[in-house]
Amino acid sequence: MTDVPYSPARQSSAGKVALRWGLYLILGIFAVYYLMPLFVMITTSLKSLEEIRTGDLVSLPREVTFDAWAKAWSGACTGIQCEGVRPYFWNSVLIAVPGVLISTLLGAVNGYVVAQWRFKGANVIFALMLFGCFIPFQVVLLPMARMLGLLGMAGTIPGLIFVHVIYGIGFTTLFFRNYYVTIPVELVKAAKVDGASFLRIFWSIFLPLSIPIIVVSVIWQFTQIWNDFLFGVSFSSAGTQPVTVALNNIVNSTTGVKEYNVDMAAAIIAALPTLLVYVVAGKYFIRGLTAGSVKG
Amino acid sequence: MAPILDIQNLYKSYGSTEILKDINVSIEPGDFLVLVGPSGCGKSTLLNCIAGLEPISGGTLMIGGQDMNDVSPKDRDIAMVFQSYALYPTMSVAKNITFGMKVRGVDQATQDKKLAEVAQQLQIEPLLKRRPGQLSGGQRQRVAMGRALVRDPKLFLFDEPLSNLDAKLRVEMRTEIKALHQNLGASMVYVTHDQIEAMTLATKIVVMKGGVIQQIGTPAEIYNQPANLFVADFMGSPAMNLIPAKTRTDAAGTQLEIDRPGGAPIVLTDTRARDLPADVILGLRPEDIAEPGYRSGETVQQADCKVEIVEPAGADTYVVTTLGGKLVTARLHSDTQAAPGVNHTFAFDLGKVSYFVPETGERIA
Ligand SMILES: Nc1ncnc2c1ncn2[C@@H]1O[C@H](COP(=O)(O)OP(=O)(O)OP(=O)(O)O)[C@@H](O)[C@H]1O
Ligand SMILES: [Mg+2]
Repeated sequence: MTDVPYSPARQSSAGKVALRWGLYLILGIFAVYYLMPLFVMITTSLKSLEEIRTGDLVSLPREVTFDAWAKAWSGACTGIQCEGVRPYFWNSVLIAVPGVLISTLLGAVNGYVVAQWRFKGANVIFALMLFGCFIPFQVVLLPMARMLGLLGMAGTIPGLIFVHVIYGIGFTTLFFRNYYVTIPVELVKAAKVDGASFLRIFWSIFLPLSIPIIVVSVIWQFTQIWNDFLFGVSFSSAGTQPVTVALNNIVNSTTGVKEYNVDMAAAIIAALPTLLVYVVAGKYFIRGLTAGSVKG
Repeated sequence: MAPILDIQNLYKSYGSTEILKDINVSIEPGDFLVLVGPSGCGKSTLLNCIAGLEPISGGTLMIGGQDMNDVSPKDRDIAMVFQSYALYPTMSVAKNITFGMKVRGVDQATQDKKLAEVAQQLQIEPLLKRRPGQLSGGQRQRVAMGRALVRDPKLFLFDEPLSNLDAKLRVEMRTEIKALHQNLGASMVYVTHDQIEAMTLATKIVVMKGGVIQQIGTPAEIYNQPANLFVADFMGSPAMNLIPAKTRTDAAGTQLEIDRPGGAPIVLTDTRARDLPADVILGLRPEDIAEPGYRSGETVQQADCKVEIVEPAGADTYVVTTLGGKLVTARLHSDTQAAPGVNHTFAFDLGKVSYFVPETGERIA
C-alpha cells in the first residue's frame, strides 16, 4: 500500500477531460446539424438563380448578391400583387406590438389579482384560464370567426390583435401568477396599511418587481403572435395578412420559375424579428423562467 | 373616554380551523398592550384582524369607539410593523419609509423632516439609499419600524419588532419605544417573545395559548398572580417552580408537605392559606427561594435540599434541586456556597406563593 504506481487522481482528471471533449464533440455535431438549414437558407438567398440551378446546395455562393433580398422585401408576388413582404411585415408589426403589450399587461393584472387578492373563486378562475392554454387553435376558429363578425372586426388588424390577446391571456396570466405567488402576502398587507390602493400597489410595488417575468411574457407572446399562421390566414382579409401568410403565398405562387433565393430571403426576413428578440432578451428569458422568489 | 381598541367575543377561523376563540380585550388611550404566547397561538392573526387585513369570523372590533367591520385598513388610522418586515423590495430605504406619507399626499417638506427624524432615531441614516436586499436582518427590522414611526396613528401594531436585533441595540430600541409611548402617549399593541420586553414595556399583558386568552393583567399581576399553570410556566425566566404538594390544615396554618428524594418530605407552613384541597401545585418564583441569610420574615421557612446543578449567570447563580419530583430552581447570589451533590439550606419565601388545582391547572385565589 505504500507504493503507489500511478496517481488515481491524475488518471480520473484525464478521464474527465476526455469526457468533456467527447461531450463538446456531440454537442458540436448537434449544433451543426441544427444550424444546417439556416446555413442553406442564408447561402441560397445570397446566390443568383443561375447559380442555384447549376451549383451545389451546401456550397458557398460564388458571387454574393442581395437581389433576392430586395425582391423578397418589395417585389415578390403574393398572388396577383407584387409588393414583396414589406406591407405584410408591417401588418405583423401592427398586430404583434399591441397584441404583446395588451396581453402582457392584462396577464400581469390578472396574475396579480389571482395570486395576491385571493377572492372567492380565484382558484377556479385561474384553473379555467389555465385550461384555456390547452385548447387547440383549431377548436376556437369557428366560434372566433363568428364573434369577430358580430363585433364587426372580421378581417381587420384590430380583430387579429383581439384574437391574439384573448388566446394569449391564459399564458401570460399563468406566467405572472406563478411569479407573484412567490411574493410574500405581507407586502400587500403593508402597502394596504400604508394606505395604497389596489392599483397603486400594483403600479408601485408589483410592476417594478416584474421585469424578468415581463421579459418572459413579451418573448413568449411575440414569438407566438409573430409566428402565428392559422389565425392570420383565417381571420385576415386581402390587405391585413401578416407576414407568415404572405410568405406562404410567395412560396406557393405558381407563376413563372421557382425563385428559391427569393423564397429563402423572404423566410429569413419573416423570421428575423423573433430571432432578434431572443438575442436581445434571451438572457433575461432564462433568468425569468428560473427566477425564484423575491425576498425583501 | 372611549377605549382606543375594544374587541368583544372575536372569533377568527381559516376555513374550518378556529384560530382565535372568544377574544375580549380593550385598551384605553395610552395603554401599551403586550401580547405573548407560544408560537402559533394566533398573535399575528389577532394583529391582522385589528389592522383589517384579515376579516373576522365573529364578534365586534371597535377602534376609537367606531365599529371597524366595514372599514378598510387604510382608514383605520393604524400603523403596523410586520413580523416578516414586508419591506418593498424595489424601493430604497428612504422610499420605503416615506411611501405611506406619499400615498396619503403629505407634502415633501414634511416627508423629509419626518424621514430625517426617524432615521436618526433608528440609527439608519447611512442606509437610506440602499435597497432592502442590501440590508442585514436587524437593519431591515429597523426600517420596518421606521415605516410605522413616521406615521402618527391612533394605534401602533408591532409584531415582534425587535426580535432580530443584537442585545445592545434591542435594549436601546426598547427604551426608544418606551419613550415614544410616554412622550406621544400613543397606544400600542405589541407582540413579543421576550419576557423582559413584555415586563418592561407593557401596561397590560395578554397571555394567549391556542387562540384563547389565558390571562389579562398588569405585568405585576401576571407575574405574581398567574391565572393558571400555563401562565405561571410561560411568564418569567427561569420559569416559576411548580411543585406538587400535599396539604394539611391545622391551627398554625396550612402545612405543605413536599417530597424530597432520599429523605423525609419537607414541610413548609403557610400561615395565611386556608381551605386548600388535599393536593395542590405550589408555585414559587426562583427568587423566592433564597439563602437563609438574605431572606427573613414570618413567611420565610427553611429547609435542606440536595443541590444537583449550579449555573452561574453573572449577578445571580441558579441552583437546581429536586422537590416533589420536579426540578426546582433557586436564584441565589453569585457568592453562594452551594455545590452539586451537597446539601444546602434554602429559605422558601411563601409571601408570594401561588396555588393551583392539579387537575384543572386553575389558580386557587
Ligand atoms: N392564512 C392562513 N391560513 C390558515 N392558517 C393560518 C393562516 N395564517 C396563520 N394560520 C394558522 O394560524 C395559527 C396562528 O398563526 P399566527 O401567525 O397568528 O401565530 P403567532 O402567534 O403569530 O406565532 P409566532 O409567534 O410564531 O409568530 C397557526 O396555527 C397558523 O398555522
Ligand atoms: Mg407571529
